[in-house]
Amino acid sequence: MSHAGHSSSPSPLTRGEVSAADDGTLRPSAKAGRRWPAGWMTGSSGDRMDQAGAKRVQFSSPFLPYLFLAPQLAIIFIFFYWPSAQAIQSSFYLEDPFGFGSTFVGMSNYADVLKSNEYLGIARFTAVFTVLVTFFALSIGLLLAVKADGVIRGNSGYKTLLIWVYAIAPPVAGLIGMMFFDQHIGPIVKLAAWFGWDIKVGLDYFDTAFAMIVVSVWKQIPYNFIFFLSGLQGIPVSVREAAALDCRSGTRRFWTVVLPLLAPTAFFLLIINVTYALFETFGVIDVMVKDKAANNPITLVYKVYMDGFRGNDLGGSSAQSVILMAVVFVLTIFQFRFIERRVHYN
Amino acid sequence: MFKRISLAAVTFAFSATTSLAATNITWWHGMAGRNGEVINEVAQKFNESQSACALTPVSKGTYEEALASGIAAFRSGEQPNILQVFDAGAATIINAKGAVIPAEDLITKAGYSFDRNAFIDGVRYFYADSEGKFVGMPFNSSAPIMYINDEALKKVGVEAPKTWEDFDAVAPKLKEAGYIPLVQSQLTWQFTENFFSRNNIQFATNNNGYDSVADTELKVTDPNLQMMFEKLKAWKDEGYFAFYGAGWNDNQKVFEEGKAALWIGSSGSFGGLTKTAQMPFSATFLPYWGSIEGAGTNSFIGGAALFAMSGKSDEENKCVADFFQFLTSPEIQYFYHKSTGYVAITKAAYELAQKDGYYKEKPVAEVGIKQLLLPAGEWSKGYRLGFYPQIREIMEREYGRIFSGETTVKDAFETIEKEGNELLARFAKTAG
Repeated sequence: MSHAGHSSSPSPLTRGEVSAADDGTLRPSAKAGRRWPAGWMTGSSGDRMDQAGAKRVQFSSPFLPYLFLAPQLAIIFIFFYWPSAQAIQSSFYLEDPFGFGSTFVGMSNYADVLKSNEYLGIARFTAVFTVLVTFFALSIGLLLAVKADGVIRGNSGYKTLLIWVYAIAPPVAGLIGMMFFDQHIGPIVKLAAWFGWDIKVGLDYFDTAFAMIVVSVWKQIPYNFIFFLSGLQGIPVSVREAAALDCRSGTRRFWTVVLPLLAPTAFFLLIINVTYALFETFGVIDVMVKDKAANNPITLVYKVYMDGFRGNDLGGSSAQSVILMAVVFVLTIFQFRFIERRVHYN
Repeated sequence: MFKRISLAAVTFAFSATTSLAATNITWWHGMAGRNGEVINEVAQKFNESQSACALTPVSKGTYEEALASGIAAFRSGEQPNILQVFDAGAATIINAKGAVIPAEDLITKAGYSFDRNAFIDGVRYFYADSEGKFVGMPFNSSAPIMYINDEALKKVGVEAPKTWEDFDAVAPKLKEAGYIPLVQSQLTWQFTENFFSRNNIQFATNNNGYDSVADTELKVTDPNLQMMFEKLKAWKDEGYFAFYGAGWNDNQKVFEEGKAALWIGSSGSFGGLTKTAQMPFSATFLPYWGSIEGAGTNSFIGGAALFAMSGKSDEENKCVADFFQFLTSPEIQYFYHKSTGYVAITKAAYELAQKDGYYKEKPVAEVGIKQLLLPAGEWSKGYRLGFYPQIREIMEREYGRIFSGETTVKDAFETIEKEGNELLARFAKTAG
């Protein structure tokens, strides 16, 4: 919180809300305008220091901590490492669907996938889709959170209205979105026709992509909104007021003070949103293309499903999922190494 | 979902009460809605007809999901006794030697006689091996037929087209009267697979894939098929044909609303259409090209068949045989035909429906079966192609591109043939 240091003479109000912690450092008290329960959000400032105390808990037996960890480790092992290992193994084989026999084919499944123009086209679409969905879901979520944070009267009503969409399951969101974009009855289609745009979801590649992105963004905004709002409310009033004294421009204060303090939340959401766009939009896409992808855009994970579960091509589908796994792995490393460096947690 | 759970609970309770002495067998299927309920009724009728076996049907979602669950279950040794597999998945299960017991072997082993000729021609080969032995038991069979908006044709004063040349002649008049002359619901099944059988043209090498898995190749660059799609594209540009994407219902909808004059659907659409159509309708055969020599042969069946999975005890297999025998009885076939709109698969059941006067009352219900009964040709019995669900996806993709103008008919079929042949070669490796 380097910016807090600029306010050399805190106002009386601010001073009243900053108390000395046990370890001698200054930290904002719980009263400091935090209306959301502290500590429910990853990386929120303040609770890191509480964790320092928790580390000193002593276990009576050295095995006890492992026992507590066991369920989580078991889940990760059974639902992640084991299937991943199997996917890697079967990506080197051509196997008949019923498992009567499999032939080792080396890298040929990978070669088949990577030299297919269709696959590369789908990969390109997935990249564009992920960037657009992440960008719009994050920016609209942030905008709404900033605005909702500023509202004083009736703010719980606004928040509820913005949050409830998150409770909708992706296939249902896809279904509702599909109704809006329906060729025969969709209100958005009618609206667009009024402006001279003839939307044909399911027929036109671009139109379908547009509808998919709109519905996927719409579905993810509330999630980002919740986290940004709690992040905003985690910024101590003292800091805000100090900033307000130094700078009159609200926009400039947002970019120089509020946004850097939101960086941990934003970074966390960036990773979550990229994962969402890559994987969790499956339900939306499935409903939008109605089980028949035809010439509509699809993402890589949907292609894995189509080839593996509908086409029963286990080897090819496994190779695709290993490629996808590698892409996500590289992406995550990149995010942590290059973007997280710019994030200051405290 | 709740409905499905409660249904499962009811069937479970039902099977629990009857299972004290009976042998339990399970049946996984991919039917939902009304058709799923009819399956439960059929199972209940079977359970009431005898006491040795108790059959429990379980819905696994769609056709694709039923096949995927059946395969996954087989791999872990938890397969059901009976699995419903749809037309496009036939090669997958029939080529997996050892996964299923051929229906004909199962039935004869149980002491029943099996007469292939009791089945309707169009039904006889699709789920059989190259020697004609029934591997799957045909169950819900459908044919692509043309539904007619009676109001539209009467208004314009034209007859329903028998051939595509006829359609070419009536389409401008229908368009002038304000109708969309033609819509269809599945280009793969209706305008590709059945195009080959209705016009008696070879679809793939190795006897349409029946003779061998190895080196089977598609012949979709056939000039007649390309001509069909050039025509469809031209008709679309002229406003004689409308295309609403690969989804079945999007295309059916304009016909239900009375906006389209002709719709290529399934004989199994009949039951639903009776409820949703907002105008009087009738039906006739899927048109063919008068210009193609030898055209006008029968179409092969769509729909699905039941497969007896291997790895089960003799008692259970006997029960499956009993059920197959029960299923092909004229009374049950007639019941199923009437409740769903799927065609009767045996000649005896067809005769029963005729005798009962069912077709006098509902002539549309007879069109599908009549089309299956048309004279057969060398290439009208269907196809046996591996990874076919994926080949269909390639076709859907390229057909969509033809109509959105992203590709030409020639390029589209070259792509389908190239990618399709790659998949067939892959399949040959997995099955080899």
